[in-house]
Amino acid sequence: MDELREVKITVGTVKNADGSAFIEFGKNKILAAVYGPREVHPKHMALPDRCVLRCRYHMSPFSTDTRKNPAPSRREVEISKVMREALEPALMLEDYPRAAIDVYVEVLQSDGGSRCAGIAAASVALADAGINMRDLVAACAAGKVDEKIVLDINDTEDKEGGADMPVAYLPRLDQVTLLQLDGNLSPEQFNECLDKAISGCKMVYEIQKKALMQKYFGNETEMKEETQ
Amino acid sequence: MSSSKRSPIIVEHLRKQAMWDALSRGKRLDGRDFGDQRPLEIEIDVIKKANGSARVKLGDSEVIAGIKIETGEPFEGLESKGALIVTAEVLPTASPHVEPGPPDEEVVELARVVDRGVRESEMVDLDQLALVPGKIVYTIFVDCSVINADGNLFDATSYATVAAILSARLPIFEMQDSKVVDTGQTKDMPLRTIPVSITAIRIGDSVLIDPTAEEEACMDARITIDTTPEGFCAIQKGFAGSFTIDQLKKAAETARIKGEAVRAKLRELTGKNG
Repeated sequence: MDELREVKITVGTVKNADGSAFIEFGKNKILAAVYGPREVHPKHMALPDRCVLRCRYHMSPFSTDTRKNPAPSRREVEISKVMREALEPALMLEDYPRAAIDVYVEVLQSDGGSRCAGIAAASVALADAGINMRDLVAACAAGKVDEKIVLDINDTEDKEGGADMPVAYLPRLDQVTLLQLDGNLSPEQFNECLDKAISGCKMVYEIQKKALMQKYFGNETEMKEETQ
Repeated sequence: MSSSKRSPIIVEHLRKQAMWDALSRGKRLDGRDFGDQRPLEIEIDVIKKANGSARVKLGDSEVIAGIKIETGEPFEGLESKGALIVTAEVLPTASPHVEPGPPDEEVVELARVVDRGVRESEMVDLDQLALVPGKIVYTIFVDCSVINADGNLFDATSYATVAAILSARLPIFEMQDSKVVDTGQTKDMPLRTIPVSITAIRIGDSVLIDPTAEEEACMDARITIDTTPEGFCAIQKGFAGSFTIDQLKKAAETARIKGEAVRAKLRELTGKNG
């Protein structure tokens, strides 16, 4: 019940992007690519004192059980917004005035918790792009199944009802940057669920760090493991 | 694509300084404490052509909600349930910063968060609203229009939606020769509970509920918490800032206490329990 699904993050999978990451989170397969800092188009969107962060969360038509209309749904508009707001507190946008950073998150195969997996991947992609950051954004959901609070609920568990609470968290700064809840929780369950989601975030954080280490210090990490 | 932008409301530097000074003394510019809501006025049955309606004034924010009940096909995966859809629109009347046109992401978020609160609380017993399960069900549209915007549209719109639902009468539809016929009679809506939304924002280290537009223009982060008498049913953190875990747990407790007062008001106004 306190277990995460299998999580695998690969850094630098999109060659043309300035930074990218591919995350497999349970059955989720999600690609995140970052372009920027670069010039802002249209130009009037530029801000004189900081960088514009733009975010698109999109599901491929083949990512779901029944075909998803490729046009952005209201759900995707909302997730794009909360995702951007979950990432923004981690970024030093003031370091790149008059520029834009674009984050594209494409869900190729969806399972429960795709927004959290998308945020985790996007955060790694931003680090891969060399953007100045205060911390990585870790994300994980907790929820309620059969009156029990469990970590990281998947698609089938989510659809059975209960409750779903996606959380994004900056572990080093102890700040919550995304919190949503769908479903009913008592006050005690709420506290338990939030604590559990945070513990999941900390596990995801370790996997994110490892994935970045693997790309940038690949051989050294292996050597270190060998000597241990 | 969603992009970061600032509030269109520009608060003068001196005014901002005054706000921070007041907050550091535990007060707000309008004299309220951090946990005080602005005066809340709720009026029901304001639109006679609607099946239910309400007008809510929360401070200077004003919202009208109207309900239209029809029949239609059920949602996919929810074949034996009635359909409930909440929409929201910020009318160009609401402020000089609103322009007519398709809803931007803030308005999409507003509608979805209000919809989520009502849906997840299971306020309306949708199981009782299928006419021919799998084929024809009651479809309840709650359409909200923001007439004047002075902050905290989430709560104002939510109260309008909930009050409109509480005031609504359900038209009795019958199947005759596999056609839907409106009998012209009505009955009570099948209701289970009353959800109440409480929104708080953080400015620096201060967390305050029911923000004005001016306070929202200075906010670092926002959180909307929907409660029922039993606990929590929906939450949405918004805006590009963060909260500590401690701040969130305190905000959740405040939402329960303040929510109960609003719930009592709704009960008294509509004579409905929940």
